[in-house]
This record gives sequence, structure tokens and C-alpha cells, in this order.
Amino acid sequence: MAVDMNMPILIVDDYKTMLRIIRNLLKQLGFDNVDEATDGSAALQKLRQKDFALVISDWNMEPMTGIELLREVRADAKLKNLPFIMVTAESKTENVISAKAAGVSNYIVKPFNAATLKMKLSAVLGQF
Amino acid sequence: MRAAVQSAMEKRLDEAKTRPAQTVNVDEVAEIVKSIVNSLEGDITAGEAKVYSELDALAKIIRNAKAEIAELRADEIRQRHLPVAQDELDAVVSATEAATNAIMAAAEKIEATAGAIGGEHGDGLTDAVTAIYEACTFQDITGQRIKKVVRTLRQIEEKVAGLLTALGAHGDDAAGDAAAAEPGKPGAGPTDAELLNGPQLPVNAMNQDDIDAILNGSD
Repeated sequence: MAVDMNMPILIVDDYKTMLRIIRNLLKQLGFDNVDEATDGSAALQKLRQKDFALVISDWNMEPMTGIELLREVRADAKLKNLPFIMVTAESKTENVISAKAAGVSNYIVKPFNAATLKMKLSAVLGQF
Repeated sequence: MRAAVQSAMEKRLDEAKTRPAQTVNVDEVAEIVKSIVNSLEGDITAGEAKVYSELDALAKIIRNAKAEIAELRADEIRQRHLPVAQDELDAVVSATEAATNAIMAAAEKIEATAGAIGGEHGDGLTDAVTAIYEACTFQDITGQRIKKVVRTLRQIEEKVAGLLTALGAHGDDAAGDAAAAEPGKPGAGPTDAELLNGPQLPVNAMNQDDIDAILNGSD
């Protein structure tokens, strides 16, 4: 099944520059329907207001972190199956294990390149 | 008489021992030592003379340590140098963020031009712009690294406050800081706060392949 390149994607990061970078890289890959949030609680609010097909989230944010957002998403009956990719500089084994236990769909360590982003998107959404 | 003094000294020492180390006042320790020494005045035995000598040496060590710590001007480190260092680091974060945004804005214009040019040259420009976007992720990483340094400076600030309390000066919030720094309960796994390690130094960091191995269950 072909990937819907117009799918709504929510990117979450407290660094505006990183939001801009991910948005631009997604645009280069053909994904133009991108919305942004700067922490987990703002993201959760958007996720409950509108249907998104994918979340790409940072971990280290305040007041709600990426792992807390992931747990909220997985605990929500409506959102629990939403693909969720963590993009973070938190690269310790305990972080990856915690994210996996919380139900992360994939995990990208910063700094990353466009090829890695495409590969992880394909792993979660299917080839495009 | 001596028994009464000894009892009083033991009581004061017991009180001091029950308090957290950073809140025991050096002046108080010196006073306890002085009281013990004073209680030994008059006709003293050889054993008491030895104790007297050792206590006198201990008092000298405490006086010297206090003088050396005073020379460090710990209050100045806490009140001036550490806040200035934190402000400087915050300024570095702001400056790199502004510079990165300027680079990104220029790269976006090049990307738009590349689309208009099209063909091989356009693709070449787009690839170069992608490399610029990728390189700009440095700002996020350096920003987080600097935040880690600022956190370390804050911890040093707390230690300095504890030192000042031990010297009997300032550091009134040290006890609260120490309580806030208490680690989580053992055996419950890392808390969310403990998982916020930030970027690792390259020598300690796992790469994407290591992370994929854990996610795929092959670790």
C-alpha cells in the first residue's frame, strides 16, 4: 500500500531550529503536511484535537518530556496505535530500553542525517 | 567536675554527629575542641597531656583549613564567578541559535532557487542544502551540552554554599539544596528525571546501529 505523502505529521521539539530542520527534511522527502509543538503537553493537546498519522518527537523537553508524551499516547484509547518516532540526543542504553518499553515505533539519535530519517520513516510507514 | 564536663562534651558531640556533614559549623567544632582542652587544665596525667597535644594539633589544623578556605573567597565564587559563567554560556546558546537560524534562512532561499533551476545543477544545490540542514543540528546538540555544563555549575554552587555554611557564613539555602539533590529510591529503575542525560561524549555514545540492535531485540 502506497504511503500517503499528504499525511498529517506532528513534530515536537523545544528547539525551534530543530523543528525547522525536521520540517525542511520532511519537505524534501515529500511530506508537506507538517504541524509543530514545542513540548509534550502542547503536542498532546494537538493530538486530541486533530487526527495525525505520525508523531516525531524529541525527548528532553519541559514541562512534558517526549517519553511522558509517548506514555500518554499509548494510554489513550484513540491514540494508542499512532506511530511514534523518538528523535533525541538521549543515547544511553537505559533511554532506548525505556522508550522501547513505552512502545516507541522507532528511535533516531541526534545528530542524524536525511538518509537515516528516510530509512526510519520507511520502517514505520512503509517504503515511499 | 571533669565527669560533668565530659558528659556535656559528649552530648554536644553527639548532637553535631546527628546533623548532615555540610551543616556542622567549623567554629562549633573548634569551640568543642577548645572546651575539651580547657577541661584538661590543672594537674594532668601523661595520657591527658598526649590528648591535649593531639587536640591542640587538631585545633591548629581547623584554624589553618578555615584560613585557607577563606582565601579562596568562596562567597565571591558563588555570588559572582558562577553566575557570570552561567550568563556567558546562556549567551553562547543564544548566539549560536541566532547564527543557525540565519544559516537556515539562507539555505531555504538556495533550496527554493534550486527548485527553479531544476536538472542536475538544481539537484546538486538541493543535496548541498540537505547537508547544511544536517550540519545545523549541531546547534541542538551544543545547546544541550551547554545546559549540562550549567547544571554542573549549579551543583558546584550548591557545594560552595555547603562549604560556606560549614564556615558559619551565608549558605542559608544549602540544606534545602541538599534535600532536593536526594537520589531516587533504589531498585525502581531510572526515574524520568534520571533518564535526562543529554548528549553523550562521542567516546561514551551509542551509535544508531547500537540503538537499532536494542530496539530489534538483538542486544
